[in-house]
Amino acid sequence: MTLLIGSLTIGLILSLLAFGILISFRVVAFEDLTVDGSFALGGATAATLIVGQIHPLLATFCAALAGAAAGGVTAILHTKFGIDRLLSGILVMTGLYSVNLRVMGKSNVPLLSERTVMDYGDGWAKLLFGDETVVSIAGWEAPSRDLSSLMLMGFAAIVIGILLYTFFRTNFGLAMQAIGDNSKMIRALGVNVDLMTIGALMLGNSLIGLAGALMAQYQGFADVQMGIGMLVWGVASVILGESLVGTKKIGFLIAGAVMGSVLFRLLVAIALRWGLNPNDLKLITAVFVFAALVLPKFASHGSRLVRRNRDA
Amino acid sequence: MLELTDIRKTFFRGTPNEVRALRGVNLTIDRGSFVCVIGTNGSGKSTLLNAVAGAFPLDSGRILLDGQDITRWPEHRRAKLIGRVFQDPFSGTAPSMTIAENLALAARRGLRRGPGLALNVGKRREMRERVRAMGLNLEDRLNNPIGTLSGGQRQSLTLLMAGMVKPALLLLDEHTAALDPKSADQVIRLTEEFIAKDRLTTLMVTHSMQQAAALGDRVIMMDRGQIVHDISGIAKQRLRPEDLLSRFDEIRRANQLDETAAEMLHSQYV
Ligand SMILES: Nc1ncnc2c1ncn2[C@@H]1O[C@H](COP(=O)(O)OP(=O)(O)OP(=O)(O)O)[C@@H](O)[C@H]1O
Ligand SMILES: [Mg+2]
Repeated sequence: MTLLIGSLTIGLILSLLAFGILISFRVVAFEDLTVDGSFALGGATAATLIVGQIHPLLATFCAALAGAAAGGVTAILHTKFGIDRLLSGILVMTGLYSVNLRVMGKSNVPLLSERTVMDYGDGWAKLLFGDETVVSIAGWEAPSRDLSSLMLMGFAAIVIGILLYTFFRTNFGLAMQAIGDNSKMIRALGVNVDLMTIGALMLGNSLIGLAGALMAQYQGFADVQMGIGMLVWGVASVILGESLVGTKKIGFLIAGAVMGSVLFRLLVAIALRWGLNPNDLKLITAVFVFAALVLPKFASHGSRLVRRNRDA
Repeated sequence: MLELTDIRKTFFRGTPNEVRALRGVNLTIDRGSFVCVIGTNGSGKSTLLNAVAGAFPLDSGRILLDGQDITRWPEHRRAKLIGRVFQDPFSGTAPSMTIAENLALAARRGLRRGPGLALNVGKRREMRERVRAMGLNLEDRLNNPIGTLSGGQRQSLTLLMAGMVKPALLLLDEHTAALDPKSADQVIRLTEEFIAKDRLTTLMVTHSMQQAAALGDRVIMMDRGQIVHDISGIAKQRLRPEDLLSRFDEIRRANQLDETAAEMLHSQYV
């Protein structure tokens, strides 16, 4: 039970990461490789500020700003200096590794004795469950603290998802969506595509930084390595989400990103439970993304073959 | 209204692929005038329109539009004054966005795009009316992705989009070339109505001599980066497609002559 709740909570935290990747990879079609760096930057910033006795909400907000700055740098490298998209992201991601070490001053900052945003969940837990520390749901026992974290992160994912959806329905947000769909057209309609791309990557990476900050506070430490593999993880969630909702409408994609992230996390938890070696996890994630990218092409190729055979 | 002074553009300057696409074009177009641009492939028609739209910086020359010097304005800034329809039906619309969303994007061409909702009941109603008025039977499909429409339907909508904010100048670059004859006719009919209704100042590139003879009040013919014929007034009204074809032949003969002369000189002196 604890395992299930933990997986759901992490899935919900990482849905913010999936939102970020949705914005860069899908909405503005920019293959942004900053992700691993900005995720760890979010964690490092929040953890360092919290240890420095800054209010955890403010620290989390600063982490989002730091993420936005990282995304902004990547976009500027591409749009203003003409560096290839992938390379821009790689440069920033690589640079961020040192930045993160600088921010933390060491490779790992523990938060176990600090006040974090997760403590807000305790208030809710008191309201709902009184002073019980263990709650039983349908016969399963679960620590109330875990449940409250789960609710808190579910609340965060839903609120941010709704905010994003609203944003994409504004004139500004609609123009941002058109960048990935047809940049020639939206330029001819008067949008500064470079500026808009910078804005989109800042927005996306602020959410990724936010995910990093929440992750650090949930797991009780920030680590310079915590971003490794997050890009592929997020892409996997987005792809899974897309196939779950089966449309390109932005509202569905946002909901799909949450579902994809949570489902993917659950699948991984189940696989680990069945004895999957945790060291193999990143390889398996990568293979999954590969399969998700390639199989649809084979499928349509296959159906063409079938059709041709039938015609013959 | 639109005033081009000696505009020049060379692509790939100083390489073996050097193309002198615009070689000193001068052109003044009055407000409300509808100008057809014709010329052989590669004569620089699209380059001329792209230069006006700001797709690339000029080598030299000056562009005045609506009393403002726009020579150094970036493309997105010129969009405030210029509406465009491209040759490729895929260029003018965002395929995975709905008809309504595309229209909403066009409704703010060159305007600030703020936090206001892009679509609401009132705007949708207005869009329905506009789409209905075009007679394409698309008014009940506003929530369909535009990518599901035919090329002709897309071009018609792109035309509508170009006019949502009244442009000081409308640029049409062979916008019916990719369509089957029936849709092409329909889009041309719409184009005519559309331009007449708002008296839009228009530059339209076409390969159809029929269109060039029948539409607009002026025809310019381009050849090798220059304007070689400029027909307006009574002469334009009397113009027949055959007249234009014979002018093409003249140019072709002159060019051949040039080439044989060049070869002759080459063999004699090199
Ligand atoms: N962006 C560009 N980069 C390099 N060369 C270009 C570019 N645009 C146009 N050219 C070249 O400039 C010349 C004129 O091209 P342009 O497209 O203006 O011709 P056109 O009159 O529109 O011909 P068509 O009737 O085939 O459309 C061509 O030789 C073309 O290859
Ligand atoms: Mg052309």
